[in-house]
Amino acid sequence: MNEKRHLLSILVDNEPGVLSRIVGLFSGRGYNIESLCVAETMDPAVSRITMITKGYPTIIEQIKKQLNKLINVIKVFDLTGEDYVQREMVLVKVTALQQNRAEILRIIDIFRGQVVDVGQEHYTLKITGDEEKIEAILSLLKPFGIREIARTGSVALYREKK
Amino acid sequence: MSKLTGTKILMEMLKEEGVDTIFGYPGGAVIDIYDELQNTEINHYLVRHEQGAVHAADGYARASGKTGVCLVTSGPGATNTVTGIASAYMDSIPMVIFTGQVPTRLIGNDAFQEVDIVGITRPCTKHNYLVKDVKNLARTIKEAFHIARSGRPGPVLVDLPKDMINASTNYSPPGAVQLRSYNPTYEPNLKQLKKLVGLIRTAKKPVLFTGGGVVLSKAHEELTAFARKTQIPVTSTLMGLGGFPGNDPLWLGMLGMHGTYRANMAVTECDLLISVGERFDERLTGKTDEFASKARIVQIDIDPTSIQKNIQASVPIVGDCRISLAQLNRLIGEDESYEPAEDRKQWLEQIEQWKQTTPLAYKQEDIIKPQYVIDKLYELTEGRAIISTEVGQNQMWAAQYYHFDRPGRFITSGGLGVMGFGLPAAIGAQVGAPGELVVDIAGDGSIQMNIQEMATAMQYNLPVKVVILNNCFLGMVRQWQELFYEKRYACTKFQHTPDFVKLAEAYGAKGLRAREPDAVERVLSEGLAYPGPVIMDFVVEQEECVYPMVPAGAPIKNMLLV
Repeated sequence: MNEKRHLLSILVDNEPGVLSRIVGLFSGRGYNIESLCVAETMDPAVSRITMITKGYPTIIEQIKKQLNKLINVIKVFDLTGEDYVQREMVLVKVTALQQNRAEILRIIDIFRGQVVDVGQEHYTLKITGDEEKIEAILSLLKPFGIREIARTGSVALYREKK
Repeated sequence: MSKLTGTKILMEMLKEEGVDTIFGYPGGAVIDIYDELQNTEINHYLVRHEQGAVHAADGYARASGKTGVCLVTSGPGATNTVTGIASAYMDSIPMVIFTGQVPTRLIGNDAFQEVDIVGITRPCTKHNYLVKDVKNLARTIKEAFHIARSGRPGPVLVDLPKDMINASTNYSPPGAVQLRSYNPTYEPNLKQLKKLVGLIRTAKKPVLFTGGGVVLSKAHEELTAFARKTQIPVTSTLMGLGGFPGNDPLWLGMLGMHGTYRANMAVTECDLLISVGERFDERLTGKTDEFASKARIVQIDIDPTSIQKNIQASVPIVGDCRISLAQLNRLIGEDESYEPAEDRKQWLEQIEQWKQTTPLAYKQEDIIKPQYVIDKLYELTEGRAIISTEVGQNQMWAAQYYHFDRPGRFITSGGLGVMGFGLPAAIGAQVGAPGELVVDIAGDGSIQMNIQEMATAMQYNLPVKVVILNNCFLGMVRQWQELFYEKRYACTKFQHTPDFVKLAEAYGAKGLRAREPDAVERVLSEGLAYPGPVIMDFVVEQEECVYPMVPAGAPIKNMLLV
C-alpha cells in the first residue's frame, strides 16, 4: 500500500483557535498538510477547511478519526474517490520582455487566465483551475522567468447527483 | 433572572454540577474567586504545588467516580498544572481545571503572570476554553463538565480572565448541553456483536484483554459475568487492573513489558483476542508484527481513534465497554444451549501449566526484597487498600504483587508515567474515599518529586500511608542500564538522599524504617494502624530488577526471566 493524496473538506465551528487545533493535531502527530484553505460558509457560525494531505491508508483513516474527535469539528468529508469539482487560483508574476509578451498572452488566453497587472518587464497573471491545469501553465511559463507565485490552495465541493 | 458577577456564576454552576470538592492554589488572578469560594459549602484543599492539585483531583476522580476539579492562578500557576493535565488526558480521567487569566485587555501584552494556557494545553486536554464574554460563562462551564465526563472522559480546561469573573450579567441555569459536533457512540453495533459471539463459539484459545475503559465505564461486573460464562481467561493493561478480580482462576495477570509469563504466552498463542477498552500501547504489544499473530482480533472501544491505530482489528466495535459487555451477556444468555467448547479445557490447562512452571517469583534472603514488602502489604491489608503508585519499579511491583478485585482501587499514572504522581493522588483518593486505607507505593526518587504534599496531608488530617522502596537508585532506569548498557549507571545513583523518617517528623507525620526482612511486617503493621499520615522507609536490595521483562520493541514472548 502506497501513500496517497487525499482531499478533505472539513466543516468546523467558526471560532478563534479552531484552525490552531487542527494544525496542532497534524504537527503533533506527524501528519502532512500539502495545502490548506479556510473561509466562512453561508452559515457564519461554520467555516470550511479544504485540505490536501498525504499518507498511507491507515494514516488517512487515523487523520479522519482524529479530526472528528476534535470538539469543534462538525463533519469531515473525504472527497478522494468521489465526484467533486476542485479549483485553485494562482497569481504568477512572470518576466515579460518585448519579444515574449505576445506569446505569454497567447498562453494565458488558451488557459482562460487574465492579466491583472502589467509592468515594463512583467505581467501578473491570474489563473484558476484544478491542480493539473495550474501545474501545466506554471511549466509553460517557467521558461520566461517566473519571479513570484501565490497559490490559494484547493477548494472543492461534491458534485450533485444527476 | 438575576444579575450576578462571574465569580457568583461560577459558584452557582459548581453547585449545579454537584461539585463539593476542589483542589487548588490561590494567586492574584483568582483572588476574587477564592473570596467568593469561602462563602460556599465547597471544600477546598490547599495543596503545596499546582501539580499536586491536578494529581489530587485525578486520584479523587478515580477513587470517587466523580469529576475532579482544580482551581489555580494565571501564569506559573497554570503552567504548573500541565504535567498533571497531560497525565489525566493519557489516562482518560474526567476533570475540569479552572485557571485564572490576566484581564482581556492585557491578553497578548506579555502582562505579569500571563501565559497562553489555552494554547499550551490544546494538545493535552480533551477540550479547552478561554472565556471572553461573561455572558458565555455559565454555558461554557456546563459544556466543560459535560465534555469531561462523557464519551471517553478527559480533562477540560477553562481559562477565566480577571475582568470576566468580575463582570456581571443576567444568570439563569443553562439547559442540557447539545453540541452538534460531539456525540459519543455508546451503543455498539449489534451485527458486530453477533459476529463476535460467533467467533467465541468456535474459538479454541480465546483471551480477553481489558483496559482502563472497563474501569472508567464501571463494566467490572459485566466483564466478570461474561468471562465466567464463556470461560475466557482475562489479562489487562496497567490501567485495567481491578476491572477483573485479581484472585479469580481465570485471571492471567498483567500483559506486556512486565506482564506475567502466562499472560504474554496466552496472548502470543491465542486464536481469538477480545480487546475491551484498551488501546494497544507499545508497552503492551512489544513488536506489533508478532503480537497475537495467530489470533482474530476484536476490539471494543468508545473512542474510534483507538481502533485500527496500532493493531488492525478484524472486528472493530465502537461503543461503551459496559453497554457492550451487557449486550454480549444478553446475546450469550439467550442461547440456552451455549456451553464453552469442550476443548477450552485444554487451553485453560495449558495456561495453568505456564503459571506453575513460570510464576512471578523472587527470593527473600538477607536484604529486604521490594516484592516482599508489597506481598506483606497485600497480606496485611487483605487486598482492601486503595493503592496509588509513583512511576518506575515501584509501580510495576505494585501491579504485579498487589491483587485488585475492584475498580478504582489502583491509582497510577499509566499513560504519561509521571514520577511524583503517587502522593498527591493518594491525598485526592483519601478525600474521595474517606475511611478507606490509602497507600502510596513509592520509590526514593519519585517521592521526592512531590514530597511537599505531606504538608497538605497534615493540614487536612488525611491519613495516607507512604511506603518507600528505598534502593538509593532511580531503579527502572538503572535496570535498563544493567541489562542493556553493561551496568554503566549514568546518573541513576543518588549520592545523597534525605532521611525520610526525619523528613516525616519534620512535617509532623510519623516516620518508620525497616532495614531487615524481619522488621517489614512490624513496620507495616505499626504504620498502617497509625491514625495519621505515615512515611515508611524500607531499605531494600539496591540492584533488584523487575521480571519478567520484555526488551523494548521485542515480541512479548521473548521475556527475560529471573
